[in-house]
Amino acid sequence: MAAKDIKPAVETVTVKVDGRPVEVPRMTPNWEGKPEPTTVLQACKQVGIEIPHYCYHPKLPVSGNCRMCLVHVAMPGRPGPDGKAPMNDDGSPKVFPMQLPYEPQTPRGVIGCATPLVPGMEIYASSPETKEMREAIMESLLINHPLDCSICDQAGECKLQEYSYDHGQAKSEFEEFKVHKPKAVNLGPRITLDAERCILCTRCIRFTKDIVGDDALGIVNRGSYNTISTYPGESFNNNYTLNTVDICPVGALTSNDFRFQMRVWFLKETKSICTDCGSGCNVLIGSRENKMYRYEPRQNDAVNGHWMCDSGRLNYKWIGREDRLNTIKSPKGAIPWPMVLKEISEHLGSVERGSVAIVASARQTNEELYLLNHLAKHLGATTDSVPRRGKADHLMIVEDRNTNTTGAQLTGITTKRVGSKLSSIAKSIRDGKVKTLIVFGEDVTKYGIDSNLLNNVTLIVSDILPNETTKLADYLLPGCAHAEKRGTFTNVKGRVQKFMKALEPPGDALPEWEVLHELVHNVTGLDGFKSIEGLFNHMAGEVKSFKEAELTWAGLGDLGADVKL
Amino acid sequence: MKVKRAKLSWLERLYIPSILNGFKVTMRHFFSWKRSEVYADKQSNFAAKTTMQYPEEKWPVPTGYRGAPYLVKDVDNSTKCVSCQLCEFVCPPKAIRITPPGRDGDVDREGAEKMPEAFDINMLRCIYCGFCQEVCPEEAIFLLKDYVITGENREELIYDKEKLLSLGGLDQRAYNHHVQEGVDEGIKKWEKKTQDAKNQAEFH
Repeated sequence: MAAKDIKPAVETVTVKVDGRPVEVPRMTPNWEGKPEPTTVLQACKQVGIEIPHYCYHPKLPVSGNCRMCLVHVAMPGRPGPDGKAPMNDDGSPKVFPMQLPYEPQTPRGVIGCATPLVPGMEIYASSPETKEMREAIMESLLINHPLDCSICDQAGECKLQEYSYDHGQAKSEFEEFKVHKPKAVNLGPRITLDAERCILCTRCIRFTKDIVGDDALGIVNRGSYNTISTYPGESFNNNYTLNTVDICPVGALTSNDFRFQMRVWFLKETKSICTDCGSGCNVLIGSRENKMYRYEPRQNDAVNGHWMCDSGRLNYKWIGREDRLNTIKSPKGAIPWPMVLKEISEHLGSVERGSVAIVASARQTNEELYLLNHLAKHLGATTDSVPRRGKADHLMIVEDRNTNTTGAQLTGITTKRVGSKLSSIAKSIRDGKVKTLIVFGEDVTKYGIDSNLLNNVTLIVSDILPNETTKLADYLLPGCAHAEKRGTFTNVKGRVQKFMKALEPPGDALPEWEVLHELVHNVTGLDGFKSIEGLFNHMAGEVKSFKEAELTWAGLGDLGADVKL
Repeated sequence: MKVKRAKLSWLERLYIPSILNGFKVTMRHFFSWKRSEVYADKQSNFAAKTTMQYPEEKWPVPTGYRGAPYLVKDVDNSTKCVSCQLCEFVCPPKAIRITPPGRDGDVDREGAEKMPEAFDINMLRCIYCGFCQEVCPEEAIFLLKDYVITGENREELIYDKEKLLSLGGLDQRAYNHHVQEGVDEGIKKWEKKTQDAKNQAEFH
């Protein structure tokens, strides 16, 4: 075993949970990742017992205001004057169940999220006392709740709904009028607040203050009129506002984009990767009947934690656009895939070495870029891609707005300076050296290879949406969005992550790797795999950095694996 | 297995008593039409008509009969459905299809937030199970007594929101129930809520 694999001994604490002795680490990382004494809630979670909670979130500071995680505990006795802790008759340390000081018959709960473990304490996570505390808290949380689940967007993924089933009562004992608070308040351009549904857990306030650093939200008014609000006249408008919709345990904060669009129980969830920048945030695609409704961040502490930016989250509408390319175009018209691939293969098989150039997109998958590079090597072709730069921010967005620049560099499609060879490709076309241009997913007319040049070459284009280049294509191969195929991306830090297929592509569109696999097989004879798994494993054996990291498709898992850059 | 036959008596072997018994049953049914609920309308003027002029005249169906599912309106003539899509979810043959309104949908009642943009029931798929009625939290869909669902083509049998609402009519069942309990303005769940909220509008 290598030295780095040996972990230092972890200091542990032994406590009893529901009568079962368990050993848990004394320290657990807090929301910032710094070690802090393990709490009752964390200890129970580590041994597989869920303590219900609203305001506690592993990546937010603890505030302990919802009281839902109340549990009844027993503490070991303090040492007496003789320095000895009280003992039972059988010699075991005596524990004292917590009770109200002035009425000893009433059990007293502690909030699990903010109570550090004491060695020897007993946690009664499912005792009748604990159950009764939860029922009382549930009832008080529901006092002013409108119970409009049939309208609420959160229904189906609502903690209030779930805990109400688990710990609630069928009927409220509350006889007074419910307080009605403002409904459908525009907090910001992407967020609508339904103040009635809010249980004032302050997760949204803590998120925007402590994670984003934009202290935009707060609580106004008093008592049962407490309401989440922005400063008068101000708008809740940073680039991370929609995360508050995810962490809101009830339906108080709703996304304008998703509001009243689809009930969540219809949505099929598919693990995917956000393509908006080079960070490669892990996401879940929510789709129903081939229509995509939303992105949600998927927890991956090595990449994006629990969060994602609003601009990435809302960048999915293009996938379902009406003008998606969905028919094959060739000099012979709209012919089926086998014929068009045969024609292109024959053309590429007969060209002079060095007379082909390839412009790939750094938004394609590792597999596609690998296949393109394999083809390029065989044809002696110049390859490059197109750079995209934007402004980085302090949290997640990076400067590089291509999803897979690192993948393009590792597979050899482009150099460190993305786009540096585009001018030389343009020059070669002008000089007549390059007679065939293969373009994948980019509009090269915007990058110095204008329509006059494109008219001089045999232009093979694969793209998703129409643009100037696709209009001029001799062969146009409709491609797939990432949500319509499987593959892997490498993010800016060198993490290779895979994404799954959520939707069926429109019309004739086929995943690019399938098309390329066929072409590359016909032209170079590359063979030996049939599926994306096989292709990835083959690529992992050929590309240097992937080989060093010993990547396999199965080994990537849901969270991906790092390669050395 | 060998079946042992009952030994018939002389009278039984004659068959005539059995034939007379049969006549008796026939005649009893013949004279009993007046008692039948089915002909309740006809016996009012003691006209001895026994042939029902179907489809102009329809069979009255018993209470609890599960006919076609229709949308009902409340007594103020506004849509009750809030587009929660539970009926769509529970529908075993997937006959119901609801299009949610999105953020800018229209509503026809004060204080309402959400109403379906489109509500289609494919009557060819419906199996009259009544799950939609059972699951509806707003009591907006009922299996009424219609059992003659006809159309000239398949498209005609996909009933849209307007058609379902006009066929369903007002929710008289719920209305009557409340009148009996002394609330003579009928069900006004939303009105009360809206009024409460208005009264509390200045709560600072």
